Amino acid sequence: MDTSEDILQQAAPGLIPGAGTARAAKPTRLSPSFISWLQAGPMMLVFLAFFLIPLVFVVIVSFWDYNEYQLLPAFSGRGYSDTFEGCIAQLPDLCTIAKTYLKTLKLCFLVWVITLFIGFWVAYFLAFHVKSKTWQMGLSLLCTIPFWTSNVIRMIAWIPLLGRNGLVNSGLVKTGLINHPVEWLLFSEFSVVLALVHLFTFFMVVPIFNSMVRIDKSLIEAAYDAGATGFQTLVNVIIPLTKPGIVIGSIFVITIVMGDFITIGVMGGQQIAAAGKIIETRVNALQFPAAAANAVILLVITFLIITLMSRIVDIKKEL
Amino acid sequence: MKEGRPRSFYVLAIFFAAYTLFLYGPMIAIYVLSFQGPAGGLTFPMNGVSTFWIAKLFQGTGIVDLGAAFRRSLLLGVIVMIVTVVLSVAAGMAFRRKFKAQSILFYSAIASLIVPSIITSLGISLEFRIIDDLIKAHWNENFETSMGLLTSGLGAHLTWTLPFGLLIMFAIFNRFDPRLEEAARDLGATPWQAFRHVVLPIILPSVIGIGLFGFTLSWDELARSSQAIGAVNTLPLDLQGLTTTVTNPDIYALGTVISAVSFTVISLALGTIHVLNKRQAAKGSDAGKGLV
Repeated sequence: MDTSEDILQQAAPGLIPGAGTARAAKPTRLSPSFISWLQAGPMMLVFLAFFLIPLVFVVIVSFWDYNEYQLLPAFSGRGYSDTFEGCIAQLPDLCTIAKTYLKTLKLCFLVWVITLFIGFWVAYFLAFHVKSKTWQMGLSLLCTIPFWTSNVIRMIAWIPLLGRNGLVNSGLVKTGLINHPVEWLLFSEFSVVLALVHLFTFFMVVPIFNSMVRIDKSLIEAAYDAGATGFQTLVNVIIPLTKPGIVIGSIFVITIVMGDFITIGVMGGQQIAAAGKIIETRVNALQFPAAAANAVILLVITFLIITLMSRIVDIKKEL
Repeated sequence: MKEGRPRSFYVLAIFFAAYTLFLYGPMIAIYVLSFQGPAGGLTFPMNGVSTFWIAKLFQGTGIVDLGAAFRRSLLLGVIVMIVTVVLSVAAGMAFRRKFKAQSILFYSAIASLIVPSIITSLGISLEFRIIDDLIKAHWNENFETSMGLLTSGLGAHLTWTLPFGLLIMFAIFNRFDPRLEEAARDLGATPWQAFRHVVLPIILPSVIGIGLFGFTLSWDELARSSQAIGAVNTLPLDLQGLTTTVTNPDIYALGTVISAVSFTVISLALGTIHVLNKRQAAKGSDAGKGLV
């Protein structure tokens, strides 16, 4: 029989004084902070090279001059003055940039309200009504899989349904509800909002679901026991506890829609102006400083919205 | 809660089913339509059933050089996946201790996720243009461009995939029991052995999840590629280009092929995760089963 000391010695030689000097004397010990740098450094470098420095360049170039075909590295406010052209002269009428931002904010608001409503109830169903873990996993996966597939394809997918001769129109004509196919179903603000909701409700479902599953079920039972109706429990217990998820989801959806130019381009038939679309148009015209100026404006507005929203909740605490 | 399900369950179940239909219905519609007969158009009804449009795609008679774009996207996707997995796991390990610049890295990742893609994309393209101008001015007048699939393009994709990777790592280590690792070290494992034989096997299913995100997000990426990819297009960019011009089911066939790749990768990843989880459940812990 081994004594307990022998076992201990086999298992962890270092624990017995004098037994494991070879290991303890090993000279090349990396300091913990150096290891942390090795581990986190590469990712930091990627963000530095491909995110932080590019952002700095956006700001710098927004103050450069330009002509028809190239960048001129000299200080100029032309990127901004071109962008805000007519904003004072045309008063009280709105200038192009103001109209564009109003339209973008309107789209943003519509998409936000709809995704929040759908996202909340989908998450609610998954978190509170689906009791079995397996089903919860399966159904969450069902919601996630489209996120792993192509956005453009999910946009194109609406064409056979919403087009002039699409399923919806032919169905409506057949039932006699309308005489002629309606045109506003596709390549319109309607189809843009529909596609954005279709693509990005996922970003609302995940954080809200995350907040909901963390709610202690006994709190809800306590509310019922104290005589609260289902509605009162929802408003006074569940919604306040879900607020972090709601805010995070909202930040995702709002920033995506504010900067979107692809969905608005494809689903709006390239006819609808939006904040992100201006940048794309300017780049295509090789007016980089003007594009950069628009990017800075968009960044500032997005940042303002996020700051306002994160006043409500500490993001870092929720992850 | 003891008796049957409440009425709200059925209302919400129907709501959920409607949402699922909303998610999948349109996609399924174009998968079906890509099997239109040769005379078929862009909408229902089907005009016969054939693989005409998909075959046409592979013959390369379409508008885009599909094969080249396909290979480019695949190459980029695989590289993005590998880099995302390695960097995310490494950084995730770093976050288990306090280190300087921790919050800088955290906020960079979050900002990279939510700053509109078009801005990041524009910034990268400006950065590379300025680098090009510098090279031309000081070193080599005939220099073409440093922008490309595996320079600016790779960087642009990583700004999108790495935040997801890092957040998944946070989720993993929130649930991770550090005692397992401590036990390994107490038994004399080096930090690398503890990672290789204890931590990695436990987190492996989620690491595959990171790979899944890395590949699929890159494979379908569009907004960040738009300005930063350089002269050549990836598959999603070609597909987007087609949306304004094409009037026959070509585009659905291309969509179906791209989705087929996505679904293959998704099933492979989910299948592997499932097998790993099963194995872990079956023989994951031998705690208390003897000392050998």
